[in-house]
Amino acid sequence: MRLVGLMAAILGGSSLLGCAEAPKRLYHWDGFQAQLYQYFKGDGSSPDEQLRVLNDQSQRARASGAALPPGFHAHLAMIYLRLGRDTEAKLELEAEKASFPESTQYMDFLLKHMTGSKR
Amino acid sequence: MTISAYPLGDAIARCGRLLVMAVVVATLGACATATPYDYTAYKQNRPVSMLVLPPLNETPEVVATYGVLSQVTLPLAEAGYYVVPVSLMDETFRQNGLNNPAEIHDVSPQKLREIYGADAAVYIKITQYGTSYAIVASDTRVTVQARIVDLRTGDLLWQGSASAASSENKSSNQGGLVGLLVQAIVTQIVETAADTSIVYAGIASQRLLSPKPNGILYGPRSPNYQKD
Repeated sequence: MRLVGLMAAILGGSSLLGCAEAPKRLYHWDGFQAQLYQYFKGDGSSPDEQLRVLNDQSQRARASGAALPPGFHAHLAMIYLRLGRDTEAKLELEAEKASFPESTQYMDFLLKHMTGSKR
Repeated sequence: MTISAYPLGDAIARCGRLLVMAVVVATLGACATATPYDYTAYKQNRPVSMLVLPPLNETPEVVATYGVLSQVTLPLAEAGYYVVPVSLMDETFRQNGLNNPAEIHDVSPQKLREIYGADAAVYIKITQYGTSYAIVASDTRVTVQARIVDLRTGDLLWQGSASAASSENKSSNQGGLVGLLVQAIVTQIVETAADTSIVYAGIASQRLLSPKPNGILYGPRSPNYQKD
């Protein structure tokens, strides 16, 4: 009885350690978090360079049929806002809302405050 | 066998001994298995979305807050939660005059819910971040702790901590004491210059915020939702 328990613990433990096959990821992460870090650090790549890298990633995700993570479109919106490209920012906020309806309240808050800021 | 002159006293004494034995056995039983986390509040609230606030930084590394913040979306999203976009969130706080994590952690749950619409907020504190030189070994280490609070009810859903360090994979074998000292200095310079802290921030964040025994539960976007 005790030996069975011990064996179960070892097998269970080894799958926790990742010896079993890794579960398939929900999203295509690529360099997204590295780009977030670049953005926050502020002393790395330029906004234009960050946009280029992120748009390349977006194409790779589309090519492999993988889903972009929560916040990906929204982060593109943030960079567009920094560059004063409000129309593209709005499109990305709408894309975030469409992909993740949980974001609706915050996306609507941002869209509302955007339309008031120009002129 | 002796025949006692006080049978009632003996009976009481025997019960007392049994009671002491029962208590001892129960205590030993409790030591044998770790106390499982009480998920009552978590399962009652079942948040769908998470707002990760800029982490409090208790280390001398200024970059720690954004190092960790840039790494938390992955484990929470893969666990099945929507994560409020961290760069937009940070900008919204700044535009409202909130520039540091201490102030941000003081904002009321009601206000956070009103603006960001998230079901729960994650309050992170960083207690170690960076590369230290410690005599015969250098170590890059990130240690984080988190509380998850439901923004609708104010309930504490979960708390935990995690750490990741470069010394986990290193073997200490070559060249005696001098060899170790040199290796430690070189490691510290290389690891500091290369900003390897971000790597360990990523590992620590994944260890902190991934479903596991006594860890967070799966969220609604995960195929494992409600299976834990």
